[in-house]
Amino acid sequence: MDWFVPLFVIVPLGGAFLIAIIGSFARPFGRFFTSLVLASLIGLTLYVIFSVTIPIVYMVGGHGPIEKVPIGITMILDGLSVYLLLIINLIGFFSAFYSISYMKKFTSENYYYTLFCLMVAGMNGVVLSGDVFNLYVFLEMAAISSYALVAFGIEKEELEASFKYQVLGGASSLFILLGIAFLYWNTSTLNIADISRVIGTTANSATANSATANSEFVKFVGVILLAGFGLKAAMIPFHAWLPDAHSSAPSPISSMLSGVLIKAIGVYVIFRLFFNMFTISYDTALVITTIGTLSMVIGVLLAIGQWDIKRLLAYHSISQMGYVVIGVGIGMLVIAHNGPRSVAALSIAGGLYHLFNHAVFKGLLFLNAGAVEYETGIRDMKKLGGLSSLMPVTTSTSLGASMSISGIPPFNGFFSKLIIIIAAIQAGYYVLSILAVFVSIITLASFLKVQRFTFFNKPNEKWNRGDFNVREVPFAMCFSMVFLAVLCLGLSLFIVPAVRDIFITPAVNVLLNSAVYSTGVLGY
Amino acid sequence: MTVYLLCILLFLIGLYGVVAKRNLIKIVIGLAIMEYSVNLFLILVGYVKGGTAPILSRNLANKVFVDPLPQAMVLTAIVIGLATTSLLLAIAIRLYRKYKTFDIREIKNLKG
Repeated sequence: MDWFVPLFVIVPLGGAFLIAIIGSFARPFGRFFTSLVLASLIGLTLYVIFSVTIPIVYMVGGHGPIEKVPIGITMILDGLSVYLLLIINLIGFFSAFYSISYMKKFTSENYYYTLFCLMVAGMNGVVLSGDVFNLYVFLEMAAISSYALVAFGIEKEELEASFKYQVLGGASSLFILLGIAFLYWNTSTLNIADISRVIGTTANSATANSATANSEFVKFVGVILLAGFGLKAAMIPFHAWLPDAHSSAPSPISSMLSGVLIKAIGVYVIFRLFFNMFTISYDTALVITTIGTLSMVIGVLLAIGQWDIKRLLAYHSISQMGYVVIGVGIGMLVIAHNGPRSVAALSIAGGLYHLFNHAVFKGLLFLNAGAVEYETGIRDMKKLGGLSSLMPVTTSTSLGASMSISGIPPFNGFFSKLIIIIAAIQAGYYVLSILAVFVSIITLASFLKVQRFTFFNKPNEKWNRGDFNVREVPFAMCFSMVFLAVLCLGLSLFIVPAVRDIFITPAVNVLLNSAVYSTGVLGY
Repeated sequence: MTVYLLCILLFLIGLYGVVAKRNLIKIVIGLAIMEYSVNLFLILVGYVKGGTAPILSRNLANKVFVDPLPQAMVLTAIVIGLATTSLLLAIAIRLYRKYKTFDIREIKNLKG
């Protein structure tokens, strides 16, 4: 019962192939086929959630372990992977559907949809991959297609942003590869579960001397990998590329990059490696929480002074990912202290819940910014204003998303932030909880600014004149925005225990019982 | 041990090139140096002293083989590096056409 696991990679890869070939004969093929591919992937993910027992270990090509040494490529579908797959494919579907109208003004749409499918295939692969090198290959697949997509407009700014993104992204990939080389040197295996077993056994059983050497080795590799994946996730000391890249890309791609890419190839991998591969230690937990706190506070302070809508949203991505990282980081600290499991579970659940919420509302906000840019061609908030009467759907959906990101009940952002703050107080990190509230207030202020200057200010005289002729965006764009806005409200249901047990609890258990991962995959 | 340290030194030289140089093409060269050093490191990790290429043949005089897995990894990494470098160079040429310069001090539309 595991035939469908590789489909998550094969379907978008095959889709990219077909679009590249058939699309050159029949232009509109890629436009609709991409949405079809993503919709089928959502269906597959929901099938997995509701009617399959996870975790599933899939051996590619049937190459099982020989004499307890895993030799083949493994794909692992557990609670956390399914949760990320749902986020990737959901946001991917709405972005692809939105692109049907939005990308009409660009030339060579086929390349766009081909790269889009490749990016989704890469991210699905990262989330499913069970060994480190495969993870690196899929990560590069997603990253290279995203470099090309950022430069898709081929104007001055897009090219500059893409070059910056590529240089930093390339450096981070090489750090990751170096970390993998060190891991292979020391453990002679690439399978995440097997590495975890090797690190764990030598730390426990060997003599005291080799145990300390091992822990120093673990710290060294941990730092290299944290630098690599931190750059991919744009945590604060490594954030320089994100505002440029995310604001220069075409809007549906911005929503994919901010909503999904930095999570799937950055934050997810950090969680997976530091919980399930390395044994949790107080030092790494402290470093991860500190990086999260810095991102949360500095990201929002940098955001408040921005006047370019997409740039402001990009800085808020850094800040909101800080919430996710401190949520999970507090859980890690509590586990490292042998504190109460319930507090750790609550904190990790808050972090993962905010991960989903951020994907939805940040995806929606970038789509709104894209809609404004599509109609007016302007991103500077000082030159906008009074669009609320002309673009009612865009205005109302962006209002919902803004309330959600700034944590106003009953939208989803409120509940996830509340859970994180409660968990921080229960764990005894009072300063963190105060900072979280403070950042939430600044977020609210900065989104009031967005709403006022973009949608509710005095109407600009020029909107009705011939050049602009501003009206509501086409159906495909409205459809995506309305559905994401409904999700912003609907995800509040995750607070209900029955719903939470279906979606979030399996993911939390993977991180909470971190040692189970290794034994579950290896089977001994 | 010296070989490994030299390898890391090569990595740092590449990193210096990326961080300190102001010419787009030199930055690309710096990234390429970093990539080669990581590939070299992987090959060194798999090296066994006195080992030969791991090819199974009839009369094996030498039973010691080097580890083939890092070599397979390096092949993959080279292909990935090719994609990255060609994309970088393509973007650099496009940038040159727009700005008429390779100097990053003059390519700074994005800031703040």
